[in-house]
Amino acid sequence: MSSLFHPTVARLTYRALLGRRRAAILFALPVMLLIIAVAVRALTGADDATANTVLSGFALATMVPLIGVIAGTGAIGPEIDDGSVVYLLAKPVRRSTVIVTKLLVAIGVTVAFSAVPVLIAGFVLNGNSQQIAVAYALAAAVASVAYSALFLFLGTVTRHAVVVGLVYELVWEAVFGNLVPGARTLSVQQWALALAQKAGADGAITSDVGLTPAIVLLVVVTGGATWYAARRLKSLTLAGEE
Amino acid sequence: MPESTTAPTGGPGPAASIHDIGYRHYDGARLGRAYARRSLFVQSLRGAYGLGRSARTKVLPMILLAVMCVPAAIVVAVTVFTKAHDLPLEPTRYAIYLQAVIGLFLAAQAPQSVSRDLRFKTVPLYFSRPIERADYVAAKYAAMSCALFLLTALPLLILYVGALLAKLDFADQTGNFAQGLVSVALLSLLYAAIGLVIAALTPRRGFGVAAVIAVLTIPYAAVSAVQGIAYLQGNTDIIGWLGLFSPITLIDGVQSTFLGATTSAPDGIGPSTAAGVVHLLVVLGLIAGSLALLMRRYRKAGL
Repeated sequence: MSSLFHPTVARLTYRALLGRRRAAILFALPVMLLIIAVAVRALTGADDATANTVLSGFALATMVPLIGVIAGTGAIGPEIDDGSVVYLLAKPVRRSTVIVTKLLVAIGVTVAFSAVPVLIAGFVLNGNSQQIAVAYALAAAVASVAYSALFLFLGTVTRHAVVVGLVYELVWEAVFGNLVPGARTLSVQQWALALAQKAGADGAITSDVGLTPAIVLLVVVTGGATWYAARRLKSLTLAGEE
Repeated sequence: MPESTTAPTGGPGPAASIHDIGYRHYDGARLGRAYARRSLFVQSLRGAYGLGRSARTKVLPMILLAVMCVPAAIVVAVTVFTKAHDLPLEPTRYAIYLQAVIGLFLAAQAPQSVSRDLRFKTVPLYFSRPIERADYVAAKYAAMSCALFLLTALPLLILYVGALLAKLDFADQTGNFAQGLVSVALLSLLYAAIGLVIAALTPRRGFGVAAVIAVLTIPYAAVSAVQGIAYLQGNTDIIGWLGLFSPITLIDGVQSTFLGATTSAPDGIGPSTAAGVVHLLVVLGLIAGSLALLMRRYRKAGL
């Protein structure tokens, strides 16, 4: 592990992610979730169906992917964009180390800003009845890992990583996922829900994907994206702004 | 030693002079402020669709435009084929259904319109022309609004022409079409204002994209979730007021109050007339506030 983690790269990535305005939006999203959780609890009292609606409809479907996009692409995108990545690549650090370090930082940030607030919001909403809070926090954490890897990979492939990532989320997961049930099989959100289904009480949470395929797909996507991102970084060409 | 008139050093002494070395003066017409503003508007509007830029930048806006139009064409085809007596979709609902596409277009194009000027520090170059701060903001805002209006009005035009070809009731369809146009015009003005003000805050394009999308989708998801809960709890009075908290539900509230649209809130429970008036006031306030922020943003032209 030591050869795959570089503290200086990690520190630089962490500062790039949580520097200035980027941090503001990362803080705003979880705060909003907590405000909604408190407001809903005050309005309706503890209710499992309500907790489900807020945590799956708002937290897992919208908030987690968005934080994933910001952290995942933000870990490498801006550096490639302004060309300063060449100074990093000129250092005697393995490219795979760079990618894995950046991925770990992105995962850490995403988990901290999504899974932890989801857990707190779950406890606020219904006091973890039917294990809903823990299950959704687990799903958010797993989704964070997959999203971070996926969007970090996108950051190395295209200069429009944010747009491509958002198209995947808004068009594929949200629109197609609602219209075409088959599209849900290929969505990080549903894979994470499959784990939540297992962790929560029987019938509390439902997913369209079985547990085994979900885990396999999660591992394949995360591993594959990381491997290919490292490969891309080995043969990176810098393009000018269009 | 006699003083040289070409000495590069020394202050403006009695012997300093400017030599006429034969450059020709510009004798043509000075096109002035209005021309510069119009040029900036046209350039920004074309730029939003990638016209006059590289081929790669045309891909995304053109795909999004196509994605906006294809469902309208399908709706028309279904109407003609089934010989229905009315369109299966109200024109006013169209933009609400495809809000993700409109949001993506704004998120991709608002930062390219203003962030790049900030990032490459070209803003001072604009102000070296005879335009004022208000002209820059007005040109960029008008261009983004027009680009969004084109994106949202074109599918409505397809619906309208299709409805007329299917020999649906002319007066009825024209009324619906006009209501739809007013609604998407308001939506374009609101979205352009929000998108530009967020994009102008950051010189980083990628971050601007994410921030615009966050501001558009996160409040909508939150409002939808809370509306759903309020509906389940039977607390229907609050549903209309909750729409105040996200851009697209603001538009939805305004058009269901004033433009005869069906709301997309749960079970079609729209805002009361009072709530609808507040919706409209909030929309206008948001637009005015965003423009004021933009003006403030460009007070210092550097960064």
